[in-house]
Amino acid sequence: MSGVRVLVGTRKGAFILSADGKRTDWKIEGPYFGGWELYHVKASPVDPDRLYASQSTSWFGQLIQRSDDGGETWSPVGNEFRYAGVPGTHQWYDGTPHPWEFARVWHLEPSPADADTIFAGVEDAALFRSVDGGNEWNELPGLREHGSGPAWQPGAGGMCLHTIVLDPNDANRMFVAISAAGVFRTYDGGETWEPANRGLHSEGIPDEDAEVGHCVHRIAMHPSAPDVLYMQKHWDVMRTNDGADTWSEVSGNLPSDFGFPIDVHAHEPETIYVVPITSDSEHYPPEGKLRVYRSRTGGQEWEPLTKGLPQRDCYVNVLRDAMAVDSLDSCGVYFGTTGGQVYASADSGDSWEPLVRDLPAVLSVEVQTLS
Amino acid sequence: MIRVVLPAHLRTLANIDGEVTLEVTGEVTQRSLLDALELEFPMLKGTLRDQVTQERRKFVRFFAQEEDLSHEPPDTELPDAVVSGAEPFIVIGAMAGG
Repeated sequence: MSGVRVLVGTRKGAFILSADGKRTDWKIEGPYFGGWELYHVKASPVDPDRLYASQSTSWFGQLIQRSDDGGETWSPVGNEFRYAGVPGTHQWYDGTPHPWEFARVWHLEPSPADADTIFAGVEDAALFRSVDGGNEWNELPGLREHGSGPAWQPGAGGMCLHTIVLDPNDANRMFVAISAAGVFRTYDGGETWEPANRGLHSEGIPDEDAEVGHCVHRIAMHPSAPDVLYMQKHWDVMRTNDGADTWSEVSGNLPSDFGFPIDVHAHEPETIYVVPITSDSEHYPPEGKLRVYRSRTGGQEWEPLTKGLPQRDCYVNVLRDAMAVDSLDSCGVYFGTTGGQVYASADSGDSWEPLVRDLPAVLSVEVQTLS
Repeated sequence: MIRVVLPAHLRTLANIDGEVTLEVTGEVTQRSLLDALELEFPMLKGTLRDQVTQERRKFVRFFAQEEDLSHEPPDTELPDAVVSGAEPFIVIGAMAGG
């Protein structure tokens, strides 16, 4: 019997929502790690019982938790994130040099090939890897040291490496995104890196077409089309067809091209989803209507998906890691809001229902499709 | 035995009810006490002191006998009452709320 498990990270703990393949009756479990911020919870694609969670508070720092039984029990693993060498400085908000300081893990990306290998994107921005199930972490310093690091600046949420996209067909190829530096790519497993932001245009930075300095909010890839990447930038929805050699805008008829998450349908590489937000200061849906927008053409032409979503007086946000899809025959789409709702669609977004309404603010949503 | 009182978040993390009692060998200082605490409860590594710098986390404070020991050098001997176990070494997280 197939099923799904939705892993939800919130401001005050983690929750696991599970259902069989019909996706009608949901079991809500949690909070796990109550009182702590759970920036991200994600499962290994290789071993569905292997889950990793990023647990932190400003008081007591960063922990990484691991479950080997699908979330029944958890154990803290390694939490020493030590930058390689002397990390130097990046730019502070006012342009002055600021020392690199570890704050937290924003994103965990387990390897598609090995349950014990996992990548962590951290604030201040850097990429770490563990090859022993999270017990020991080592930085891949080629990213931070490739040359532009001293010019990176934080976004409003901190200078975070928030997105890690692994090419499931080529372990040496990966992309990361940093706020507010942009996209970087490697072809050698993370040893060497280069910026990949050509075509991005950002008003409000000194050089609007700069090689680095863009506030990329999220990038996504369909595993069957690894040269096509989609991006939700601070403003603008973007697309590349050539593995990020060049990007072009596909915002099209969206009511606002500001937003945080972007994701791709499990079976249709040209079907993508975004949740438009009014503006960079008004982090809520335009007109108080919570609408997911779907494009079946890889961008440019978008349709609002509203059935089952509040269409008045709704002023929540959907954060960058808070949208995911399952891979059942009828693709399920899931997202969580800062108001504590987790919505799901079992029909590719045509209709939605809340799985739970009153969680703490949702930071992340990931989905496992279980066989 | 040294007595240590931890805040609720860390008691939960370490699966502790009530106070912790620790055997500390040699001179009893903040550093040796925290080293012994982390040896007994490895999951607490990094929660009281930064893993890299070993400095007290900025929202964590240390008290004993109603005295603030947070800013004492880490190798200063702790008060006799803590060393003898008459009084606990108290870890407090900065107040949060309205």
